[in-house]
Amino acid sequence: MRPSTTRLLNILVPVKRAVDYAVKIRVNPQQTGVDLNVKHSMNPFDEIAIEEAVRIRERLPKGSEPVTITALTIGPPKSVETLRTALAMGADAAFHVELPETAPAPEPLGVAKAVQAIIEKQQNSVDMVILGKQSIDDDLGQTGQMLAGLLDWGQATYASKVDLDLDQKNAVITREIDGGLEQVCVKFPLIVTTDLRLNEPRYASLPNIMKAKKKPVTKLTPADLGVSFKPQMEVIKVTEPPKRVGGTKVESVDELVEKLKAAGFTAVS
Amino acid sequence: MLRTISSRISRRFYTTSRYETYHGGAIKTYYNPTLTGLSPSENEFREAVWEFSARVVKPKVDEIERGGSYSALMELHKEIAGMGLHGLTVPAKNLGLELGYTHHLLAMEALSYSSASLALSYGAHSNLCVNQLSRWGSEAQKSEWLPGLLDGRYLGALAMSESGAGSDVLGCMKTVAKKVDGGYLLNGNKFWITNGPKADVFIVYAKDVVEHGAKQTYTTFLVPRTTPGFTTGKPLDKFGMRGSPTCELIFTDVFLPPSSILGDSQHHGAKVLMSGLDLERLVLSGGPLGIMQAAYDTALEYVHQREQFGVRVGTIGSMQAKIADMYTKLNTARAFVYSVARAVDHHTQEAAPGYPVFQRRDCAAAILYATDKAIEVALECMQCLGGNGYINEYPAARYLADARLYAVGAGTQEVRRWLIGREVNSDFE
Repeated sequence: MRPSTTRLLNILVPVKRAVDYAVKIRVNPQQTGVDLNVKHSMNPFDEIAIEEAVRIRERLPKGSEPVTITALTIGPPKSVETLRTALAMGADAAFHVELPETAPAPEPLGVAKAVQAIIEKQQNSVDMVILGKQSIDDDLGQTGQMLAGLLDWGQATYASKVDLDLDQKNAVITREIDGGLEQVCVKFPLIVTTDLRLNEPRYASLPNIMKAKKKPVTKLTPADLGVSFKPQMEVIKVTEPPKRVGGTKVESVDELVEKLKAAGFTAVS
Repeated sequence: MLRTISSRISRRFYTTSRYETYHGGAIKTYYNPTLTGLSPSENEFREAVWEFSARVVKPKVDEIERGGSYSALMELHKEIAGMGLHGLTVPAKNLGLELGYTHHLLAMEALSYSSASLALSYGAHSNLCVNQLSRWGSEAQKSEWLPGLLDGRYLGALAMSESGAGSDVLGCMKTVAKKVDGGYLLNGNKFWITNGPKADVFIVYAKDVVEHGAKQTYTTFLVPRTTPGFTTGKPLDKFGMRGSPTCELIFTDVFLPPSSILGDSQHHGAKVLMSGLDLERLVLSGGPLGIMQAAYDTALEYVHQREQFGVRVGTIGSMQAKIADMYTKLNTARAFVYSVARAVDHHTQEAAPGYPVFQRRDCAAAILYATDKAIEVALECMQCLGGNGYINEYPAARYLADARLYAVGAGTQEVRRWLIGREVNSDFE
């Protein structure tokens, strides 16, 4: 039973600390992953998620119900930097589910269960969870969908436009799909995952960075949530993609046709 | 053949400490953060301003360099205001961020990395104008001008030099403020004034009318652009820093009420001017540091992309030596400048009565050294790029032209050396 319209809008945004998108990654010598001794920052799709939450707040007409934006991350102590970025961009408070430095990276199912546990701890007052569609380190793209399944909430993934109707308690979301753009209407509470063209995230200004230091970050352990992050997947091998081999140049169209025929391509009638 | 195989093998198995860092997707730099001695919060600040420089300034570099109406510069002036960078050293009660000169230096360096022209205008606004106003202005003047200067509505400038008064700015100054009924009449010209063509308010140093034989004194005034009798010349056509507007100021019987005098500076203008110069030298040292890092990064990337004689030219001995020298100059200059900034910030907090708040010789030495090294590194960058260094599509020429400014801007190398010598010698008086 959804509470009345005079309550504040509560948005939860899980964010992940991942290798910075501009870094030229190299496979580690053990071939189990990439060299992680490089610059990390917030997953770009998660930046878009925080930005969208802040824009939702800014788009609401003055005097309407206040919006609370809570950021959340699961990771080692260093992950708190990512939360500070989220707070500097406009989140009000944050949760840090701290894992030991040596723990393996959490997987989507573990993350989804943790987010579910936090939502339940918040006594089901969360109206919307906005996540990045995928993280750029594992490119798994499953967390949002799994979370929707666990909570039995509606979801709109690959969002490129989000419009909330607070009176109707639903959202009209444009999704980027292979065939083009699809519009869906999803009732509250809902899961949204962000696609690249949803917005362009703001850079955190210094006054906001300084204000962010005073915003609350609550530390939690996996035990507090009753969730295990035991990996379900095992990485067998990571290698670089094969080097591109050069092609050959042909002198004429006839030669091209000859080569295609030799390679077994036949004309389509 | 054997050498290249073995170097490939060794690279696979031995871990290098890679200093390349990325900011905002637009900057890839080989800035070495392990040598800076910055505190975690200073480092956080540094990363934030580099991110800003990458995302907001770097994309506009070409537009800034074109000059013209300086519209790109004025837009960035507002964005920089939004970031909070104009009032870094201004107390919180005047809407500043109340941070140290280290922070101001770091901001200057980050902006200079992307565009030295923009950084110069930023330095003139935020240090020469805003910081002087913050330190010496009356409460009334601060409440009238600081909000607009800090939020980007106004651009500030400072005017001391004249076409006939450069190194001997006080001895040769001809701009004079004559006491008249109800105020002062300002007459004279100022030259080489950064931000002159676009600034809304100017801090102007003028000499007082004194009796023959009496000691010459000076007064500092706050002069809005709109004051009748005050005009600016057309922008100067400069060798470098072409994105930073510079011009002559002309004062013809400009009437100024007593409230225009900056704080209590009447007859004490020399003290205001000189103390401002020390901090100006320190903060502007960030200018050559930023240019130097940009020049080094450009040269390094280039010599590892360009192949001649079957190898990347960066692996040839003579080029390796160039890279080594550039690396060493860049990091020594930065280590020294950062140390001076740290000392100034600490002394500002802990100065015992009777002791100078900071050492003039160190501020002068900081910019003296950073400038010399920046010009050397920029010149070497142009050489590392070979023929391409000579083509304006590559940034090497701009780095050199921009770095060259600092040998005469904010003081000349000769004056800096003279000052350091004088300060050291005064210990023996």
